Amino acid sequence: MIKTGAEILCECLIKEGVEVIFGYPGGVLLPLYDTIPRYPQLRHILVRHEQGAAHAADAYSRVTGKLGVCLATSGPGATNLVTGIANAYLDSVPLLAITGQVPTHFIGKDAFQEIDITGITVPITKYSQLVLDVNDLAKAVREAAYVAQVGRPGPVLLDIPRDVFQGITEFSYPEKVDLPGFKPKLFGHPTQVKKAADLVNSAERPVIIAGRGINISRAFPELKELAENAQIPVVTTFLGIGCFPESHVLSYGWLGMHGMGYANKAVHNADLLIAVGMRFDDRATGGVSTFAPLARVVHIDIDAAEIGKNISVDVPIVGDLKNVLQVLNKQVDRREHGAWLSQLDEWRSLHPAMEIRHHEDILPQYIIRQIHEATKGDTIIVTGVGQAQMWAAQYFYYDRPNSFVSSGGLGTMGFELPGAIGAKVGCPQETVWCIAGDGGFQMTVQELATMVQEDLDINIAVFNNGWLGMVRQWQELFYNKRYFGTQLYNPDFVKIAEAYGIKGVKVSKKIDVRPAIHKAMEHKGPFLIEFIVEPEENVYPFVPPGKTIAEFLELPNPAASLKK
Amino acid sequence: MDRRHILVALVQDRPGVLNRIASMLRRRNFNIESIAVGHIEQPGLSRMTIVVEGDDASVEQVRKQLDKVIEVIRIADITGESPVAREMAMVKVKATPSTRSEIIQIVDIFRANIVDVAPDSLILVVTGTSDKVDTLIELLRGFGIREMSRTGTIALPRGGPGPLTIEENKPLRRVVEQATPEEENLPDW
Repeated sequence: MIKTGAEILCECLIKEGVEVIFGYPGGVLLPLYDTIPRYPQLRHILVRHEQGAAHAADAYSRVTGKLGVCLATSGPGATNLVTGIANAYLDSVPLLAITGQVPTHFIGKDAFQEIDITGITVPITKYSQLVLDVNDLAKAVREAAYVAQVGRPGPVLLDIPRDVFQGITEFSYPEKVDLPGFKPKLFGHPTQVKKAADLVNSAERPVIIAGRGINISRAFPELKELAENAQIPVVTTFLGIGCFPESHVLSYGWLGMHGMGYANKAVHNADLLIAVGMRFDDRATGGVSTFAPLARVVHIDIDAAEIGKNISVDVPIVGDLKNVLQVLNKQVDRREHGAWLSQLDEWRSLHPAMEIRHHEDILPQYIIRQIHEATKGDTIIVTGVGQAQMWAAQYFYYDRPNSFVSSGGLGTMGFELPGAIGAKVGCPQETVWCIAGDGGFQMTVQELATMVQEDLDINIAVFNNGWLGMVRQWQELFYNKRYFGTQLYNPDFVKIAEAYGIKGVKVSKKIDVRPAIHKAMEHKGPFLIEFIVEPEENVYPFVPPGKTIAEFLELPNPAASLKK
Repeated sequence: MDRRHILVALVQDRPGVLNRIASMLRRRNFNIESIAVGHIEQPGLSRMTIVVEGDDASVEQVRKQLDKVIEVIRIADITGESPVAREMAMVKVKATPSTRSEIIQIVDIFRANIVDVAPDSLILVVTGTSDKVDTLIELLRGFGIREMSRTGTIALPRGGPGPLTIEENKPLRRVVEQATPEEENLPDW
């Protein structure tokens, strides 16, 4: 069948199982925007800033496991995607970013709205292609979708000039992908798996550190089986939150700079670390030279380059987690670690990371706990970046995978609103709570219009403390409270919501917190609650940069002093 | 322990590949001594020779990161196999009637070739190991080097088929589908 490039793109996306595109039009995309409406299988969601499109597609992908697609025009549209693409790159999210480009005869001439987006995104994409010929388009889309999702997922960019959208050719969808240089190893080496099993069977103080790789590989039952069979405590990374139910008796929270003290202590004192689908990021390890000094390390990951990058590894295993763990589980013996688990429980009682002290005014931690009680944990939490993000991770029990959606690697403020949009579009039946700091909220506030236009029932909690909280905390702890550039003049967030046609309430008294949360959840349609919270509150525990994770700072703990 | 490592890679000849590889090397701050790239017997493919200085662990990281580039088909560190490594240099050295004969003697000793003669300079071409080329250039410095260009090292492993050998009658193109454990190439470790 003879088709235009625009039609070919739409047909290929449908063949790849794409149902949603987050986009924003522009000059060079006009031929495409004239074609998309003819394909009702593709739902196009108009955002208000291309960064919103990228973040929404990212969050959509995290909660559904499908390919996220975002679309932007050439020039400034494309450059506005860069932050979102970098975010997907660092968190290994399968994202297909499609940018329009000026017609081929204009390329390289500094034309109107021309930018070398392929060159700009080289360091933050897994793969990219500038498609100069409509005959190459179908193959390019097939390859791009494949590369984005297979192996370690990541963002892929397709840059398509306007005349390629308008070009016509015989369309045939390539069934097979021909990439001789792309050969992800999916099955671990049997000798290595055996070595790992031997270490697991002889360890006295093992700890599993589970990261986002478990979510990507959907290896939840395999992880559970390993932990339960050999009675090994499970600590997750920040992005791994939810991959192992936090209410499970073997769950010991998450490790790292703001992780639970007992999780950090467990890892620090372990004699074997079983690292699955995590990359020993500096936020998780603290000072690398003093990280887990007593432990041997089994590291299972699909990306060989991550193994041995930060931490030296005793048993490296390259492969897809689900496959490797299935084989490993067959070789792991039933064991008990009663003494070790009792030790962890003792540390948990000495460092109760989830206590909320009594306070007259509204503590942000209190809000998070109230949201947990109101939803019974049955919700998707999408956060921004900063203090509110950390409290949302600490004071909520995440039992389901992909119920905690947060920007980890890049730490992008402004992720919260478009992220909540992506999450709700991906899982319309789920309750979605957007946990926004007053700073991050204002970075992508324009997406409130998208929420209303698409009628998305999202509950937004804005934590208004008048500060760029996390930076202020560091200025307090390390720069002697020399606060500069962190005090925020904020608008009336409720008035802003109402200007967008969104119902809102301002809550400044503790007693009003719970009713407001219930009101938001009962309301059909988006709802914003502005919480006036305690201004100079700090996130604890806190591992200062470069220190060992066992040397965390925490608030004085009444429980511990009582026990002594 | 830092030492010179020679990495050889088979890459697809697609626009932007060199950019992607160079960008990856730059942003991870690897110490690159030279990069040489050129076509090989199979159309659509190029061979890159990268000489990088560092300890074994860092160079292994370089190798693994480069392997992640989709267009890189295979990459191997052949330092350990004492490969045959050569590079070429062209040097325009100042030569007066009084110094010319001495320069020619040095050229002969190093089995270099004079390819151009001018009244006050001459251009010579030398091929050899990097050490040999380094030594010759040091000797010529005394006479005054006007201009110089080096290609960077290219290398082949000794003996039978190396890591980048493309077997005859075996298509390089691998069509990727769902792999089973038996068919799938096991990782190197």
